[in-house]
Amino acid sequence: MAATAHSADLRSPDSFPPTADRAERSRALFSEAGKVIQHPRCLNCHPVGERPTQGTDMHPHNPLVVRGADDKGAVGMRCTTCHQVDNFEPSGTPGHPLWHVAPTSMAWQQRSLAQICEQIKDPGKNGGKSLAQIQEHMAHDSLVGWGWRPGGTREPAPGTQAQFGALIAAWIESGAACPR
Amino acid sequence: MPVSLTVNGQRRDAEVDPNTPLLWVIREDLGLTGTKYGCGIAQCGACTVHVEGEPLRSCSAPVSAVAGKRVTTIEGLSSRTAKAVQKAWVDLDVVQCGYCQSGQIMSATALLEKIPKPSDTDIDRAMAGNICRCATYHRIRAAIHAAAATLA
Repeated sequence: MAATAHSADLRSPDSFPPTADRAERSRALFSEAGKVIQHPRCLNCHPVGERPTQGTDMHPHNPLVVRGADDKGAVGMRCTTCHQVDNFEPSGTPGHPLWHVAPTSMAWQQRSLAQICEQIKDPGKNGGKSLAQIQEHMAHDSLVGWGWRPGGTREPAPGTQAQFGALIAAWIESGAACPR
Repeated sequence: MPVSLTVNGQRRDAEVDPNTPLLWVIREDLGLTGTKYGCGIAQCGACTVHVEGEPLRSCSAPVSAVAGKRVTTIEGLSSRTAKAVQKAWVDLDVVQCGYCQSGQIMSATALLEKIPKPSDTDIDRAMAGNICRCATYHRIRAAIHAAAATLA
């Protein structure tokens, strides 16, 4: 039985009332989005080093795999050696057409939410994206969306991708302040 | 539902559910039993085949994923590189129980097709997903180096 996402797991932007301190609200919005960003389902493929992790306990990926030159695995041991274009229930192997680990500049593991926030805003580390493009990526990218459709018994990221996208949009609209 | 495959250069048809693991079709429907079932969850590498020259764990791919693509199993491995690997395997007496060896040879051949002179690190990374319960890893590595030397 597949685990399911619950919208109640993530607060909506409306539940963060405007305050005199706009930056404080912005920080609170990002912290809420951080429940997704720092969920193992997302962190597993944002490793600091060469090796992704897996599972809610974030153990090293087994078998041993490395990001390789293009973040899609080593020669002879590509992500696609095992991961196909969709989750494959007979073997329990997750899949997506764009399966890969995030570039090292987008590493999230072992970093505070404040550090991740600054990294996400930095075009030098985020793939040259504007804040609007970041919002689009978070809200609509289909590999990001896999986090809510992981298949098997894997726990999905909190809430829904639409809720996550709304939080990121509200964070940007409120000044994109980062947690301290 | 009929699924058409090109396996070892021949078009083959199988009357199966498109979501059937490729391994099942290869072994049960096409009778090519050189490809082994080990774990069924992409953890051991015994079921490795090539699809368009790239290694693929056939237990973890639906047969529909390879429709129209070139599938090579251990029975059809015949390139110069593959022959060098097979000779090195015999020369160094790599095999102990042998159950994992078709998967090992598929992965080793794919590696040497891409990196003709692999380093130990290249070998470790490419072969990490092929488990050998007899722990013949040292001979596997030596045989890959030996095959590389004969191909130089």
